[in-house]
Amino acid sequence: MSILEAQNVSKAFGGIHALDACTISVEQGSIAGLIGPNGSGKTTLFNVITGYERQDAGVIRINGKKIEKLTPDKVFGMGVGRTFQLTRIFPRLTVMENMHVAVQRRGTTSLLSRWSSSHEQRQALELLEFVGLTELQDVPAGNLSYGQKKLLEFAFILIAQPQVILLDEPAGGINPTVIHYLQDRIRDLNQRGVTFLIVEHNMEFVMSLCDTVTVLHRGTTIASGTPQAVRSNPAVLEAYLGD
Amino acid sequence: MKKIKRFGLLALLALLLAFPQLFPDPAVTSIAIFALLYAGAATAWNLFSGYTGYISLGSAVFYGVGGYALALLCKGWNIQGGYVPFLLLPLVGLIASVFAIPLGWIALRSSRHVFVVITIAMFNIIQLLAYNLPGITNGSAGMFLPTPPWDAAFFNTPFYYVSLIVLLFSIGVSWWVRNSKYGLGLLAIRDDEDRALGLGVKTGPFKLVAYVISAFFIGMIGALIAYFIGSLYPPFAFTSVFDINVALMAFLGGIGTLVGPIVGAFLLEPLTQYITVQLQVVGLDQILFGSLMLAVILLLPEGIVPTLRRRWVKWTASRSATSPVAGIRGKGQALLVKGGREGKR
Repeated sequence: MSILEAQNVSKAFGGIHALDACTISVEQGSIAGLIGPNGSGKTTLFNVITGYERQDAGVIRINGKKIEKLTPDKVFGMGVGRTFQLTRIFPRLTVMENMHVAVQRRGTTSLLSRWSSSHEQRQALELLEFVGLTELQDVPAGNLSYGQKKLLEFAFILIAQPQVILLDEPAGGINPTVIHYLQDRIRDLNQRGVTFLIVEHNMEFVMSLCDTVTVLHRGTTIASGTPQAVRSNPAVLEAYLGD
Repeated sequence: MKKIKRFGLLALLALLLAFPQLFPDPAVTSIAIFALLYAGAATAWNLFSGYTGYISLGSAVFYGVGGYALALLCKGWNIQGGYVPFLLLPLVGLIASVFAIPLGWIALRSSRHVFVVITIAMFNIIQLLAYNLPGITNGSAGMFLPTPPWDAAFFNTPFYYVSLIVLLFSIGVSWWVRNSKYGLGLLAIRDDEDRALGLGVKTGPFKLVAYVISAFFIGMIGALIAYFIGSLYPPFAFTSVFDINVALMAFLGGIGTLVGPIVGAFLLEPLTQYITVQLQVVGLDQILFGSLMLAVILLLPEGIVPTLRRRWVKWTASRSATSPVAGIRGKGQALLVKGGREGKR
């Protein structure tokens, strides 16, 4: 069953068609890759799925449920978390405070109670341990290195236990040690049932990690399948090398 | 360390409680009353503007609305001077909050840069209305509040303690918000609003509620100052000087911190009062504050409290062997090593 589905989604900015009848389907429990040359519409697709932009045409379904006119907070509430290409954390909050921003509480009284409730605090500590940032919990997040910020952004989404996580270039600009570390974290979570959709230019990262790969070119899906099939697809080769 | 902190706070509270007995001179207690009220106003201003990063320069709207609300309530219900007007303060605060709902709803639809301009525009509109609705405000002829029947030696005492209660109440609410999940959402909005929205923070309602809470306290404080002075005129009830002073106090002490605005107010408000009342030079404080604003932005961009806190951490670090600064760096490197190792687990 596909947990996340986009059908013929189009989005134009002025005269530029960032997405042109783009279609993608992500199976529940899989790790899906989304690749394509620069400007092919990958980030725009992420923005449309997570409610930061609204599509001009097409349908997006999460768990079979159509999402339309949903704001980012509602999409997040449906269990879809994301990271940004240029990591977005809260620089003046401490690492621990960053962990607690994501809201999974309901009702006014719980919002007015302390953010560091025992249950969530334990969860936050576990997750910081999971990404290896435990010892930096009291440091302002703005002081972290780029790689550490990526790990923090990854961890603070996890606290709300999303079903699907969209990662926008998780391996961009971080050193190989952290890349391997991140790959292991993704596999670990995937074994626990979390679905991933990953935009990445690092082909080694995508090919070794993903079950399926979808290729975008000029806003249109040109290929979709296993990494091996996609790699030898002539249309893909042409999109990357040709014209 | 925690014990010292608690002891210090208790000592400070005792000093504040005993102040009118220690310094009974009305000239001194008057300054103290203004210092307490401005500390409360700066705290309330900070609760919205400091935590969310949306700088409001139109909070004087609620300051003026509070003053007029109390004057109108006393007139309408025929209330005499005394303790009763103090009891009306929560109601006055509610009225100011009700005003804040539509104003905040409109102003908060804009980006934070446009927001500053809109709050100033709203302030000007409301001030113009105060001039031009003589049926309600009595226009530029002004309004008078009932005079309490207390003699000169006692007069300031009730005002002092009510001001102290309002200040403590506003600090309490600000502290509560700062430590709540809600307050964390406000701080997240300050750092990256879109990001916060994408993590389920309902940014619109969050901002509006903070704006309304802030108006509640500023309305009460406006009413208290109007009652203390005894009269209301549009240019003084709705004065941009209020906003500039309150913002400067928060910036000087440390915007976004709990203690900063209080420190800023306790430093600046006595100075203002001293210059205007004791030296009898009207306007000198404004020139001084203008230069001070520049000095703060250039020399203490974070404000006094965060700067001192950082110095303190550095100082204690240099004294003890386990320096936190070096520790952080060490831990950061340890992370990568650990990350690599644990990754293969």
